[in-house]
Amino acid sequence: MNAATRLILAAPLVAPGRHLLEASAWAALPAALRQEPELDLLALWAEPGMIHVAFLAHDDRHELGRGRLLLASTPVPAGRYPALSPARPMAAWFERTIADLWGLLAEGGTDGRPWLDHGRWPLARPLSARPVAQGGEPPQPVFLPVEGAMDAEDVFQYPLGPVLPGGNPAHLRAHLRGGTVLRLEARLGYGHKGLFALMHGKSPRAAARLVARLAGDATVAHAWAFALAAEAATNTPAPPRAALLRAVMAEAERIGNHLLDWGETCAAAGFGWAQARSLVLRERLLHANELAFGQRLLLDRVVPGGVSIDIAASGAEAMLEALVVIEEELPAFQSVHETHAGLQDRICAAAVTPAAAVALLAAGGVAGRSAGRRFDTRQGAPYAPYPSLGFSVPGHATGDADARLRLRLQEIVESLGLIRAALARLEPGPTLVSLPVQAGEGTGMVESHRGEALHWLTLDEAGLIRACFARDASWPLWPLLEAAMQGQAVADLPLCRASLNPSSHGVDL
Amino acid sequence: MLWPKLARSLLHRSHATAPAPHPDTVAALAERMRAAGQTRLGRSLRILVVESGGCGACALEVRALAGAAYDMERYGLHFVTTPRQADILLVTGPATRNMTEALQRAWAAMPEPKWVVAVGDCAGGTGPFQGSYAVEDGGVNAVLPLDLVVPGCPPAPTLVLEGLLALLEAQASLG
Repeated sequence: MNAATRLILAAPLVAPGRHLLEASAWAALPAALRQEPELDLLALWAEPGMIHVAFLAHDDRHELGRGRLLLASTPVPAGRYPALSPARPMAAWFERTIADLWGLLAEGGTDGRPWLDHGRWPLARPLSARPVAQGGEPPQPVFLPVEGAMDAEDVFQYPLGPVLPGGNPAHLRAHLRGGTVLRLEARLGYGHKGLFALMHGKSPRAAARLVARLAGDATVAHAWAFALAAEAATNTPAPPRAALLRAVMAEAERIGNHLLDWGETCAAAGFGWAQARSLVLRERLLHANELAFGQRLLLDRVVPGGVSIDIAASGAEAMLEALVVIEEELPAFQSVHETHAGLQDRICAAAVTPAAAVALLAAGGVAGRSAGRRFDTRQGAPYAPYPSLGFSVPGHATGDADARLRLRLQEIVESLGLIRAALARLEPGPTLVSLPVQAGEGTGMVESHRGEALHWLTLDEAGLIRACFARDASWPLWPLLEAAMQGQAVADLPLCRASLNPSSHGVDL
Repeated sequence: MLWPKLARSLLHRSHATAPAPHPDTVAALAERMRAAGQTRLGRSLRILVVESGGCGACALEVRALAGAAYDMERYGLHFVTTPRQADILLVTGPATRNMTEALQRAWAAMPEPKWVVAVGDCAGGTGPFQGSYAVEDGGVNAVLPLDLVVPGCPPAPTLVLEGLLALLEAQASLG
């Protein structure tokens, strides 16, 4: 059954957890992946002359959702490699990224259109060994046609963005018949900032400032995953006090984002009261963050080797007070959610993510756990301090906006408990160790509020970053948004976007 | 039923009240607003927020202004979703090259009088992504005529609010 896993494990290890496949083994991978649908593809990336893939293997997928990372690589001397997208649709988005940034082409891929490169950079293939200059008129984007509707007079295109109400730069192209969406396609890359090129050649400590700004609303999760990768590469774990403080910040970030998304979804369903209340609570929490850690959104607080700032003397007290305030409001939120008929009408069976799509795309976080994919990194592939803290991972199966709203409130309750437990366990001790200067390679995976945030890096002899990749949990959420809108009324798009809340910043790199 | 809940939350001062800005600050801002903005723009100033890459933290802090804790509408400041209705183009992020055309088009679609406000270090041209192949050199100033920079990474909502009101004041004294 587990053909792909066996294929990868049979190849020699070149780094902790990473297997080097020969070209023939990689070529056999797509067929093996088709035989093993339960192997999740998390990310696909490259460095000059080499292609890497990260899988999540589940030992007991249907119970606790435990999983372990499985990395595989293969050399790409001629600039072409066999595509994985025929077996895993998610891979198509990564293959387009690889073509744009590293100039390596996926042979037999399902989608060869450019992605991040809109033809507006001075360089093409900026991360390849030999970038080439480009200029001239940027090409017009090409959108996929709707089958059977090529010349239909009643099908029209509805373009939205890249300046979208409520945020993230993204272009959404809907093919409509009347008010019904035949196909929705997201075109991203507007926010591409060239993160990896800036990170190359920097020490992990210096690059942490950039990683913290990959996606501002998941800054703690990304900084933590990056720190875990750097710490793994240098065999230097962070001190226990730092791990607990990281958990406090990560859970505060989760609560803040869940409150924001909860309110945003209710507002998209036409229920402004909920958003007004949830924003006040969020503001209260951000104020506590500022008192405890000196920053509202907690940027630059988690760094490789520990945390950059210890909690303020009165910080724990401020956090706990904010938690009480939030806890007192939650029953009102829940009863409004469950009893307000107007809201129920809008969110039940709306913005449904098909369970098959969730499983195939390996969507994590609330999107996954509301539609039957139980995986939570904190429990399934745990990292310190979560194994020592008690919490449960709630889940639902319906995959609609209602299930996701419900789940967000349930996860807030768990996070409240986690912060209290972590604060109660704080012992005096160091909060930061310096990482030795040495070569190495490491991965780190952390549960952000959207799902798995994965970071990988290799360090050269001088301890500087030679290659790196960051996988935000939003990667599967964009195709999932497209799938959820299929056949729906276009008027539901704001609700669907608010409910799934994919981030373009994390994906634009 | 919702209305008893609404009534309760209106009548009872909840624990969940966010930390309010200092009353003196509020009074001073309101006074400046009255003196400056209303002579020039009537009672309101409409803002289109555009994220040009970056991490989105600045935009989060800007959007927090709409919440009850800051309640920016009391100064006559509103967010709009189309450039046709906007007086201020508020840009966050380092002005990625892929967003240049969108920024210029949004600016061109706005009616006069209009202003550009850059919020955050990225938009101001001093952020961590400067020097990247994908980002305009010098932030938003490289693309649009900049009227105001609110520094910070990210700036707190109160700082953004003060910046917007300072802009109103400056414009009023000019004309």
